[in-house]
Amino acid sequence: MTLVTTPSQTVGPFVHLGFDPMTVTDAATGAAGRAIAVSGRVLDGQGQPIPDAVLELWQANAAGRYDHPADRRNVPADPGFRGFLRVPTDRDGGYRFRTVKPGPVPGPGGREQAPHILVCLFMRGLLRHLYTRIYFADEAANAVDPILCLVEEPRRATLVARVAGDGAYSWDIVMQGEGETVFLDI
Amino acid sequence: MSDIVGYRRPDAGSQPEYLHPPYKSSVGRAPARPPVAVPHTLSELTGPRFDHLAIAAAEADLTRGGAQPPIGERIIVEGRVLDQDGRPVPDALVELWQCNAAGRYHHPLDQHDAPLDPNFRGFGRAVTGADGFYRFVTIRPGAYPWRNHANAWRPAHIHFSLFGPSFLTRLVTQMYFPADPLLPLDPIFNCVADPRARDRMVAAFDLAATVPEFALGYRFDMVLRGPEATPMDEATAIDKAGGR
Repeated sequence: MTLVTTPSQTVGPFVHLGFDPMTVTDAATGAAGRAIAVSGRVLDGQGQPIPDAVLELWQANAAGRYDHPADRRNVPADPGFRGFLRVPTDRDGGYRFRTVKPGPVPGPGGREQAPHILVCLFMRGLLRHLYTRIYFADEAANAVDPILCLVEEPRRATLVARVAGDGAYSWDIVMQGEGETVFLDI
Repeated sequence: MSDIVGYRRPDAGSQPEYLHPPYKSSVGRAPARPPVAVPHTLSELTGPRFDHLAIAAAEADLTRGGAQPPIGERIIVEGRVLDQDGRPVPDALVELWQCNAAGRYHHPLDQHDAPLDPNFRGFGRAVTGADGFYRFVTIRPGAYPWRNHANAWRPAHIHFSLFGPSFLTRLVTQMYFPADPLLPLDPIFNCVADPRARDRMVAAFDLAATVPEFALGYRFDMVLRGPEATPMDEATAIDKAGGR
């Protein structure tokens, strides 16, 4: 017997009431590895900023280890790094967070994945959250990443954060239309 | 414990489509292109844990914390978090938020002309036990108007956010109350095609959860995506089906 899953519903316009108590925008302080900052904007189909979105992020530590019991590899854990962030957008649709550059992790068929961060996106108007990924433009491994290569080439750039300075990256989310971000069906 | 190789994809009609035109806000925000299907890797099969938060039992009681008890009908909302095989999901973080008894959120963007209750903030959280059980004490939320269409009113609802065992079991949903006449009119509730799935979002009055001389109880179980059968299980199933 299989039970039907509980349906998703929108977080609505007052999401901050539920999400703010656990906001995490800095995972770099106290963590091992290279600190980085990622910032950008979330835009709707008309190019208008979305001020009431929340990004949740999940990533491995700098050595490529997930803080989770399913990761049983012999890769060093980092007690100063949990791997989760929850980042709201501001009134201009902008967001910013600090973390460490994640290390490589295994992918399908034992092929290594390029460093990446999983993104789960919530906002009023989304009846179901959306998943996507952030890759980093200065990683040569992107060219052979087994997940990135499943995305048609012209759209791949929407998943890759641009270098915006020393340890700084820029990555926008576009919900619809020209430059629409690739979302992942997982 | 065997390794989980992936999580099941939702059954057709059991989850909302992104674009649901009766819900106006979805029109400008739903992606125009379908999401790209990719396999589940270690990145998806892991997810955040919150054992470091040391969440206090008092955080599941939304009627405390003010100088006075909040106005409204006190209720209990309890239930279990399960996976699709009916197994309890322990250690799941449950976050809850809602408006007050008059239908007003404790939020600066809510300008509905209904009173704020200084004794009700409308946020609580809890962690499920080994049996997947959680329990909140709160106030029954009011219905409120919204501007989605003419004379539009949201049925009374409570927002629930859940973190299960992985990033794939993340769920944000809304709990509704039984026999609410606004349910058939609500485009958000009706965004789900499968009526069995829709019914999952409606709590049941539960006399067993009701505390005498204190509060009515409602039962609200939530079902998260379950793990896929392991390759060995599939082989066994094919065997049992007569082989191929």
